[in-house]
Amino acid sequence: MATQNTKTLARLMMAPSVLLLLVWMIVPLAMTLWFSFQNYNLLDPSNVSFTGLFNYQFFYTDRAFFQSIWNTLVIVGGVLLITVIGGIAIALLLDQPIFGQGIVRILIISPFFVMPPVAALIWKNMIMHPGYGVLADINKFFGFQPVDWFARYPLFSIVLIVAWQWLPFATLILLTALQSLDGEQKEAAEMDGANFFNRFIYLVLPHLARAITVVILIQTIFLLGVYAEILVTTNGGPGYASTNLAFLIYRTALLGYDVGGASAGGIIAVVLANIVAFFLMRAVGKNLDR
Amino acid sequence: MGSITLNKVSKVFGEAKVIPSIDLEINDGEFVVFVGPSGCGKSTLLRLIAGLEDVSGGKIMIDGKDVTQAAPAARGLAMVFQSYALYPHMSVRKNIAFPLKMARMEQSAIDRKVEAAAKVLNLTDYLERRPSQLSGGQRQRVAIGRAIVREPSAFLFDEPLSNLDAALRGTMRLEISDLHNQLKTTMIYVTHDQVEAMTMADKIVVLNRGNIEQVGSPLELYRSPRNLFVAGFIGSPRMNFVDGAYAQSKNAKTAGIRPEHLGLSKDNGTWRGIVKVAEHLGADTFLHLDVDGIGPITARCDGEFGAYHGDTVYMTPDESKLHRFDEKGLAIKG
Amino acid sequence: MARSVTTRHKVTATIAAWIVALIIFFPILYTIITSLKTEPEAIAGFSLIPSGTFENYITVQTQRDYFKPFMNSVVISVGSTILALIIAIPSAWAMAFSPTRRTKDVLMWMLSTKMMPAVAVLVPIYLMFRDFGLLDSRIGLTVMLTLINLPIVVWMLYTYFREIPGEILEAARMDGAGLWQEIVYVLTPMAVPGIASTLLLNIILAWNEAFWTIRLSTTNAAPLTAFIASFSSPQGLFWAKLSAASTMAIAPILILGWFSQKQLVRGLTFGAVK
Repeated sequence: MATQNTKTLARLMMAPSVLLLLVWMIVPLAMTLWFSFQNYNLLDPSNVSFTGLFNYQFFYTDRAFFQSIWNTLVIVGGVLLITVIGGIAIALLLDQPIFGQGIVRILIISPFFVMPPVAALIWKNMIMHPGYGVLADINKFFGFQPVDWFARYPLFSIVLIVAWQWLPFATLILLTALQSLDGEQKEAAEMDGANFFNRFIYLVLPHLARAITVVILIQTIFLLGVYAEILVTTNGGPGYASTNLAFLIYRTALLGYDVGGASAGGIIAVVLANIVAFFLMRAVGKNLDR
Repeated sequence: MGSITLNKVSKVFGEAKVIPSIDLEINDGEFVVFVGPSGCGKSTLLRLIAGLEDVSGGKIMIDGKDVTQAAPAARGLAMVFQSYALYPHMSVRKNIAFPLKMARMEQSAIDRKVEAAAKVLNLTDYLERRPSQLSGGQRQRVAIGRAIVREPSAFLFDEPLSNLDAALRGTMRLEISDLHNQLKTTMIYVTHDQVEAMTMADKIVVLNRGNIEQVGSPLELYRSPRNLFVAGFIGSPRMNFVDGAYAQSKNAKTAGIRPEHLGLSKDNGTWRGIVKVAEHLGADTFLHLDVDGIGPITARCDGEFGAYHGDTVYMTPDESKLHRFDEKGLAIKG
Repeated sequence: MARSVTTRHKVTATIAAWIVALIIFFPILYTIITSLKTEPEAIAGFSLIPSGTFENYITVQTQRDYFKPFMNSVVISVGSTILALIIAIPSAWAMAFSPTRRTKDVLMWMLSTKMMPAVAVLVPIYLMFRDFGLLDSRIGLTVMLTLINLPIVVWMLYTYFREIPGEILEAARMDGAGLWQEIVYVLTPMAVPGIASTLLLNIILAWNEAFWTIRLSTTNAAPLTAFIASFSSPQGLFWAKLSAASTMAIAPILILGWFSQKQLVRGLTFGAVK
C-alpha cells in the first residue's frame, strides 16, 4: 500500500472533495465577512457603502440580539437536558430483556425521521393546539382550562418539539454504547457487591461518558441552527420570545432586507459555533487515534 | 526455481531506518525462517521481497533476475498473510481460483487445479462455503491453497500461525513442513516464535533492529550462537547468562549456560541454589532457582528429579557446553 | 439481576418500555389516525377511531398537487446523495487505504466545514443563487445539499472503508490483480454494504433538510419540507388534510429509516459509537 504510485493516486482521488469543500467554505464566508462591514440593504442595492463596525454595533445594541442569544442557549441547553437524561433512562429500560424489543425500538426511533416542518406542525396542531389539541382534550377531561402553549410558553414549546425529535437519536446512541458494556464487568461488579445504583454510578455512567459527549456535541451542532420548527410554529414570537440567533439572522436578512446586519449576525454565529466545534473536534479526534 | 538474493537492501520510513542494509542469499528449495522480536524488521523484509513496499536502496534478485522495481504479481511469489486475507465475499473455491482467474487461465484448468489443491489441503467438502463459515485452521489452509495453485517460485508466510490456538499451531506447523517436503519450493517464513523457527527451518535468519544477527541451520544457532542476542533468543527455556567472578574465571565478560546443560544434584555441585518455582511438565521439570552469589538461574532436569519450592539444589555447569562472550557481546571462539 | 431473568422482571420491563414507546410514537400515530378522519371528526375531540376515509389523501393530491413536491424531494435527496457519493468515494478511499500524516487533519477539517452555521452564509448563498438564477431550481438545491452533506458522506465512507483490512488488498495484488481488477473483484464487493448504508442515511438527511430547502425554493423546486412548511398558517380548519399530507411526507423516509437504524448510530457519530 505504500508504494510511490499509490500515494500520487491517493492525492488525485482526494482532490475533488477537498477543493469543493475549500471553495464552499471560503467563498461564502468571505462574502459574509465583507458584507458585515457594508451598509447594504436589498431594498436599496445601488447604495452600498462601507460602515466599519456599525453593523456589529447595531446588532450588539439591539435588545433582540441578547434575547436571541439567550433563546439559543435555552433551546440547546433544554433539549440537551431532556434528551440526555431521557435517553439514558430509556436506553437503560431497553437494555433489559423485553418482549417485542424490535418493535419498541422502531417506535422510539421514529421521530428522528420526521422532517422538522412536519414535526412542528403535528405538535402545533394535533397535540398543543389550545382548542383541538390532545393536551387540551386531556385538560378538559380533567376539568382544567386548556393552555395556549405557543402564546404562553413559546420557548418551552419549541424545546419540547425539538427534544421529541432528538430524543430517539440520543436513546439509540446511548443504547448502542450500553450494549457494548462488557457483561463480565457487570458480573464482576455484582460479585464485588455493587447494587444497581452503584453499578450505574461507577460502571455504566463512566462507560457511557464518551457516548454522552458525542450526543451532546453532535446535537449541539444541529440545535444551534434550529429553524424550521420556529418558522412553522411561533414565527419567532410573540415579539422575540422564541427567536434564536439563526432565526434572527433570517429575519434581518430576508424580512428586513438588511444584508449588512444579517452578515454581522452570521459572523457572530460562526464564532459561537467555532467555540462548540473546538470541543467537538477534540472529542472526535481522540477517537481517530484509536 | 526459486533462489532469492538480497543485495544491500535497505528500507527507511521517514526518519526511521527500519532496515539499514541487508545481504542475504536464499537457495532454491530452502525453507528459510526470519525470526526476531517484534519490531525487528522481519515482516518489513518479507514485504520488500513481496514487492508490497518499495525498497529505499539495494537490489532484490529472484532467479538471477532483478525484480527491485517489479510489481508484486510479476515476481512469481505467493504470500500467506497473518490475517489470512481471504476475500470474505467469495466462496472457498473462488478464493483459491482468484489468482488463476487473474492470470486468465481457462475455466476447466482452474477447476482442475482448485480441486487438486483442495484435496491436498482437505478442503474438498468446504469448497462452496464462505470464509466466515470456516474455522481458523481451515481458513489458514484456504490461504495456503490460494498460494499453491499459482505454483509460485517461492512462498512467503507472514506469521501465519499467530492467530491459531496452541494445539492447532502444532498441527499446522507439521502440515506446512509436510507441504514443503512435497513441493520442494522455496519458502520464506516470518515468525517471532523461536520454536516455529527451530522446528521448521532449513535455515534461520535471526533479525534484530533491522540487522541480521546470524544466519544458520537451527542446530548451528543452538550450538554456536554468534552473540548474546542469538544466544538468548534461540532455545527454550532461555540460556542463563552469568557475569562477574565466574565468567572472569572462564576468561569472559559473560558466561552462558543453557538450562539443559546444568548437572543437578541434591548433595553437591559448583553452585548452590534454592528452588523458587518448579514447573513440572511431566517428562521435564524446569527449576527456577536463586543461586548464591549469582542470582536467578533456570535449570532443566528430568521429570523424576523431584525438587519443590524451598528445596536446596546443587548445580554443575557442563564446561564443554559453556558459551563465552566478550565485552561487545560477541561469542569467544574455542 | 440474576443470570436467569425472572419472567416477572421481563413483564414489568416490557410494560414500561411499551408505554414509553407508545408515548413517543403517539404524535405520529395520531397524525396517521387523523389523516383517516373527516374534517369535522378531526376537530371533534380526542378519538383514536377514524371513520377510515381516504378522501384527504385524494384531496391533497388534487388540490395541492402533492406529487410535485414529492418528486422534487426524491430528485433532490437522491440526486444530491449520488453526487456526494461520486465525489466522496475516491477521497474516502484514498484516506482509508493510503493514509498520510495529514489524513487525520484533512478529515477533521472536512468535519469542521459542517459546523459552519447555515445562517452565517445565508446571505451570500441567497445572493449567489439569485444572480446565477438558481433560486427555486432543483439543480440549485441538489448542489446545495451535496455540499452540505459531503463531509458526512466522506466521513461515513471513510469509517466503513477503514474496516476493510489492507492485507486483503495486498493479497489481491500478490494474486496478480491489477488496479482495475482489484477494484472490481475485491474492493467493490467488500465496500458495497458501507456505501449502501451511507446512501440510505444520506438520503434521509437530505430528505429532511429544512433550512436551505425552505429558503432557496418557492414553488417549482419546492420539496416536501417547503411544501409542508407552507401549511403553517392555517386558513380554515383542514387538519385531516394536513395530516394526510404529513403522513405522505414522512412515510417513505420513516420506512427507510427503520431499515437503517443500525447504520444510523455509527454514521451520525462518525464511527465514534458502534
